[in-house]
Amino acid sequence: MDVIEILLTVSFWAAATRIATPLIFGTLGELICERAGVLNLGIEGIMTAGAMAGWMAVYQGADLWSGVLFAAAVGMIFGLIHGIFTVPLGLSQHVTGLGLTLLATSLAYFTYRMILPDVPSPPRIEPFQPFAIPLLSEIPFIGPALFKQTALTYLAFVSVVVVSLVLYKTPLGLALRAVGENPAAAEAQGIDVYVMRIGAVMVGSGFMAIGGAFLTMSAFNAFFFEMIAGRGWICIALVVFASWRPGKALLGAVLFGAFDAFQVRLQQALGGDVPYQIFLMLPYVFSILALIVMSRRAAYPKALMVPYRKGER
Amino acid sequence: MRTTLRKGLSFLAFAAIAWTTALSGATPAIAAKIKVAAIYTLPVEQQWISRIHKALNAAAARGDIEYIYSENVANTDYERVMREYSEAGNNLVVGEVFGVERAARKVAKDYPKTAYLMGSSFGPSGANFSVFDNWIHEPSYLTGMVAGSLTKSNKIGMVGGYPIPEVNRLMNAFMDGAREINPDVKFSVSFIGSWYDPPKAKEAAFAMMDAGADIMYAERYGVSDAAKERKVMAIGNVIDTQKEYPGTVVASALWHMEPTIDRAIAAVKSGNFAAEDYGSYSYMSHGGASLAPMDSKLVNAKTMTAIKAREDEIRNGLFRVNVNDSEPKSSM
Repeated sequence: MDVIEILLTVSFWAAATRIATPLIFGTLGELICERAGVLNLGIEGIMTAGAMAGWMAVYQGADLWSGVLFAAAVGMIFGLIHGIFTVPLGLSQHVTGLGLTLLATSLAYFTYRMILPDVPSPPRIEPFQPFAIPLLSEIPFIGPALFKQTALTYLAFVSVVVVSLVLYKTPLGLALRAVGENPAAAEAQGIDVYVMRIGAVMVGSGFMAIGGAFLTMSAFNAFFFEMIAGRGWICIALVVFASWRPGKALLGAVLFGAFDAFQVRLQQALGGDVPYQIFLMLPYVFSILALIVMSRRAAYPKALMVPYRKGER
Repeated sequence: MRTTLRKGLSFLAFAAIAWTTALSGATPAIAAKIKVAAIYTLPVEQQWISRIHKALNAAAARGDIEYIYSENVANTDYERVMREYSEAGNNLVVGEVFGVERAARKVAKDYPKTAYLMGSSFGPSGANFSVFDNWIHEPSYLTGMVAGSLTKSNKIGMVGGYPIPEVNRLMNAFMDGAREINPDVKFSVSFIGSWYDPPKAKEAAFAMMDAGADIMYAERYGVSDAAKERKVMAIGNVIDTQKEYPGTVVASALWHMEPTIDRAIAAVKSGNFAAEDYGSYSYMSHGGASLAPMDSKLVNAKTMTAIKAREDEIRNGLFRVNVNDSEPKSSM
C-alpha cells in the first residue's frame, strides 16, 4: 500500500481521531493546571483512576454518563490532593505529581481487586457505541472520519471550544491565566491565588480522568491497571507542543493519533522487511521532531512551577 | 535488674525457637497437603495466567494443596518474592520467569528444598528448577485449518503482543494449518509492543480489516472486539471466548495446565521432584491442549471432518506439527 494512499483513506482519519480522544482530554486537563502555574505529573495515575472509577461505576449498575461524571469526580479528588500539597504547602510539583501517579495507579488497582477479588476473565461492560451525527457525518471524507465516533469523542471536541472560550473570553479565564503568569499582581487585584490554583488543578484533573475513562468505556470495555500505557506522559509533551493553547492542543493530539494510526498501517504494509520496533517508535520520533520545531517560540506561563507565598518578594 | 530482664528475654526467645523446631520436626517430611505459592507478573484474569491459576485452584479445591499467590509482581521485584515464598517454607513455587530467566535460576539454587515450576523459554536447571510453557501449537495448527477454510478474501490478520518464542510458534503453526487447507492465503502480522493495550490491539485489527482481512487471529484482548464490531470472524487463543463473542469467535486453541500442575504436585508429594521440562504435558496427547468446539453454524461439515481427522492423527502421533520459534512475517 502506498503511503499517500494510506493518508487518503477515511478509516485512517477515523482511527487517528479515536486514538487522539484520550489525549485531547488529558492535554486539556494538563493545560488548565499549567496555565494556573501548577505542573501536574499525577496525570498518568489520575487517568488510570478515572479509567477504573468510570468503568466500575458502570459495572456496578450506573449508566454510562453517570460513570463519566463519577470518573471526573474521582479525578477532582486526586486534583485536590495535588493542589493542597503544591499550592498552600508549596511542595515540589515534580515529586508530588510523581507520587500521586504511583498512589493513584496502585489505589485504582487495589480498589478494583477489593471489589472483584476473583474473576476468571476480565469483566466487561456495554461501552459507548459510535453514532453518526446527522448532516455533519454526510460531509464527504471529513464526515465519516470525524462524525461517526462515540459520544466521548464529541465531548472532547466540545471541551476544546469551551476551554478556549473560558480561558480567553471570561474574567474567570483571565484570573486563571493571571495566577499562572504573575500571582502577586493577581493577588493585588483581589484574586485568591490559592483558590484559583487549586480549582484549576481540580478541574484539569477531572478532564484527565475522563480521558482515562474513554479507554475503558469507549475504546474498550474492561479495565486493566496498565492500560493508560504512557498516554499521560504524551499529554505532558503535547502541552508544550501546543504552547499552552487549547486549539493547538487539539491539533497536537490529532497529529499524534495520526502518527500512531499511520505506524500501524505502515507496519502491516512493510512488516515483512523492517523490524516492527521501528514502526512502534515512529510516533514518538515524529513527536519529538514536532516538539523541537514547535517549542522554539513557546511562551510558557511565567509562574509555572513557582509556588506562591503570600507577602513574599 | 536490667541484666535479669535481658537474660529472661533471651531465654524466652531460645525456648520459642526450640519449641518451633521440635514442632516442625514432629511433622512428616512432606505433609499430606503441600504448600504451593504462585508468582504472576500480571493479574490472574489475564489469559495466560488464568490457565495456571485455574489448575492450582482446582488442586486446592480437591484438598491436595494449600494455595497462595501474588499477582502483578514486577520483574524487578520477582526475585524478592521468590525468596520470600521460599523462606516461608512453601514446597512448590509456580510462576513465569520470561523476564528473569537467569535470576530465577540463581534463587532456586539457594533453596534446594523448594521445588520450582516456572514458565520459561529455556530449559530446566540445577536439581529443583523445572520449566513449562504453553505448547499449544497443535490446536493452533487446527484453528489455522479452520481459518484457511473460512477466508473468502484469502487474507488473514494476526495481532500479537511481542514476538517471543511462545507467541511465534503458535502463530507459525496457525499459518501452516491455514496454508494446508488454502495455499493461496496471505497473512498480515503486527505486534503492538504490549501484553495488554486492548485499544491499541483494536486499532491494529481495524487497520488489517480495512486492508481486506476477513479472519482475525486474536492473540491479544481487543482483537475479537474489533472483529465483532466489523462482523468479521476471529480465532481464539489460550482461552475459550466463544460464549462472549457468539458468531465472531469460530474456533479456539485452548491451553490446559492441569496435567502439568498435577504431575508436579504428585512429584513433590512423593519426594521425587527433579529438574525437568514439563513442556510435553501441554501437548494434546497429554490433555494439555485442545481445540475448543467449533461453531457449527460457521464451519461446514466437510471441513469439520477434515479437522477432526487431523486432530486424531496428532493425538495418535501420526502427524507432527512443526515447531518454529522465528518471528512470523507479513506476506500481504
